[in-house]
Amino acid sequence: MSVIDAGIRPDGARDARETDATVGKPFLEKKVTLRARNVNVFYGEKQALFDVSIDIGKHEVTAFIGPSGCGKSTFLRCFNRMNDTIDSCRVRGEILLDDEDIHDPKMDVVPLRARVGMVFQKPNPFPKSIYENIAYGPRLHGLVSGKSELDALVEKSLSRAGLWNEVKERLDEPGTGLSGGQQQRLCIARAIAINPEVILMDEPCSALDPIATARVEELIDELRRKYTIVMVTHSMQQAARVSQRTAYFHLGRLIEVDKTDRIFTNPSHELTEAYITGRFG
Amino acid sequence: MGMVSGDCRRLHSLPRYYGYYVAMLTALPAILLLALWISLDQSLITHLVMASLPQSMQPLPPSEQSLLINDIRNLATGNITSGEISPALQAAADHYRHLMHLSRLLLPTALFLLAIGGIALGLKVIHPDRRARPAVERVIRWGLILSASIAILTTLGIVLSVLFEALRFFQKVPLADFLFGLEWSPQIAIREDQVGASGAFGVIPLFAGTLLIATIALSVAVPIGLLSAIYLAEFATPRVRTWVKPLLEILAGIPTVVYGFFAALVVAPLVRAAGESIGLEVSSESALAAGLVMGIMLIPFISSLSDDVINAVPGAMWDGSLAMGATHAETIFRVIVPAALPGIVGGVLLAASRAIGETMIVVMAAGVGANLTANPLESVTTITVQIVTLLVGDQEFDSPKTLAAFALGLVLFIATLLLNVLALYVVRRYREAYD
Repeated sequence: MSVIDAGIRPDGARDARETDATVGKPFLEKKVTLRARNVNVFYGEKQALFDVSIDIGKHEVTAFIGPSGCGKSTFLRCFNRMNDTIDSCRVRGEILLDDEDIHDPKMDVVPLRARVGMVFQKPNPFPKSIYENIAYGPRLHGLVSGKSELDALVEKSLSRAGLWNEVKERLDEPGTGLSGGQQQRLCIARAIAINPEVILMDEPCSALDPIATARVEELIDELRRKYTIVMVTHSMQQAARVSQRTAYFHLGRLIEVDKTDRIFTNPSHELTEAYITGRFG
Repeated sequence: MGMVSGDCRRLHSLPRYYGYYVAMLTALPAILLLALWISLDQSLITHLVMASLPQSMQPLPPSEQSLLINDIRNLATGNITSGEISPALQAAADHYRHLMHLSRLLLPTALFLLAIGGIALGLKVIHPDRRARPAVERVIRWGLILSASIAILTTLGIVLSVLFEALRFFQKVPLADFLFGLEWSPQIAIREDQVGASGAFGVIPLFAGTLLIATIALSVAVPIGLLSAIYLAEFATPRVRTWVKPLLEILAGIPTVVYGFFAALVVAPLVRAAGESIGLEVSSESALAAGLVMGIMLIPFISSLSDDVINAVPGAMWDGSLAMGATHAETIFRVIVPAALPGIVGGVLLAASRAIGETMIVVMAAGVGANLTANPLESVTTITVQIVTLLVGDQEFDSPKTLAAFALGLVLFIATLLLNVLALYVVRRYREAYD
């Protein structure tokens, strides 16, 4: 708290409510895919996120940055309700996906997760063949009928993930036998095989070497044409390279959101500046 | 400590290692002597006594010699002997008694002296530079090696004894007849006209019976065990789990004899009644009854092993699948179980080797008739049951009938060994995939 207060005080007479308000431009006028309003997340008694409100623009890469434990991954997992899988976790507030409330009792989590795909920090291909890894989602959601359609979808997904040429000869080999970077691209191919609107990426490159990271970053930039991407990253260079908007989280609060170049060249908030200049985090 | 005037750092080892060192010097030689003495004194004394016997009684065939030694021993301890007592025998017995007395007197003295010597030596060699800790470590290591080798040597001994007896059997019955014979009837005719005593040693019916019962058992145990493991690992709340898991494991603690009479007295009549109600001929001892109960016995095996491997599947698999929009059940059956499958197969193979080796349930519930049949409603018998029936009661140890038990034991041993090796191999390969 004291750090946050310190960041706000210079502005003078703000009341406690406004103290927590996000600076920058959290809200967008148009082309909004995801709209989060006053999201609070609790793990048991402990509150992990405080009144986070943000819009995620369509066909944009939005990067969440911030020191470890600041709640950025927790917030990311709200968008496809992955936090439901943690017993002690409660999410309060409103999240709209194309103006539909994802917490609406009528909203089923299965189609939601088909629309909001996710790629994890550590590549987690299923212990199945490369082909089966991709075919898993389409089969689950009944997206294809017949073998030839599935074959085509597998090829399309792998091509889009830039993996097709590397694995087309060995589709029946286990996905776990690929290199780390290939595994991560396999996971991305798996996610896009069910044609989601949004892809959430939770530090997708933190387990990869620099070359594999560069490939995945290129891929993310290409995918932006068709998908809305939200990514959590610990690497500020990565956020600067691939994202259009950047959100800075600190101790469970969304401190600042703005265009990426503005965040990195001229941040409005002291904390953001402290973080991007490496004074902490 | 006195020698370094209380400065621990000048000692090579911590003070307690010097204590251990002296204690070892005191105890170890004495213990070694005791072990040697106990294992050797009987044969040494016997040898001395035999050597002192008159020449006329010296060259004896081994069988008579052991008879004679028994007589002398009995005489010495005041038991009844066979035949009349000759003076030579009486003298030998006295000699024996005398030597035994001497031995009992000498032993504690020698031990005591050795211990004192050990202490003295220990105190003498103790010195700040003495490398006491490495010495203690060495002794501990050898102690551990000794313990480990006892188990291995015992196993080796059992295997060799079974192997040699089995070889004796195969001298009397050809290996091919044993392995490929279709008839099992180990009674050997004493009279020419005896009924039902053909002396056929074909192991195929026993193998078939064993496999039939094991198959029934596994087809009960695998689905139930696996499903209960999935329930426990993924659906049960922690509260339910803490109650149900131990309860399930109690099943593993029930002695197989209890399962056996449960099978014979409860399940077999039920199976019979059920069979008759739908017009089937069911023998009162059926493979089905034995297999069903054995299956129940194996449930905790399968469920507890499967539970472990299912829990070992990384949580990332869960996240990955759920994030694809899979439901709980879809994730379990399409991702988690396939991922855990090698481990589950390993568990099933271990259970299979249990099923093949199981005896009591089959003795009680499946009978002893060696029928070559695939009908689970008939009575069959297994390898283990035949070993039991061959060896129960008074038997001569050189007839093929008795030796057949060793041959069966060997077959059983090889079969379960192969299954275990296969199971361990599968389980290990699985472990490598995730660690």
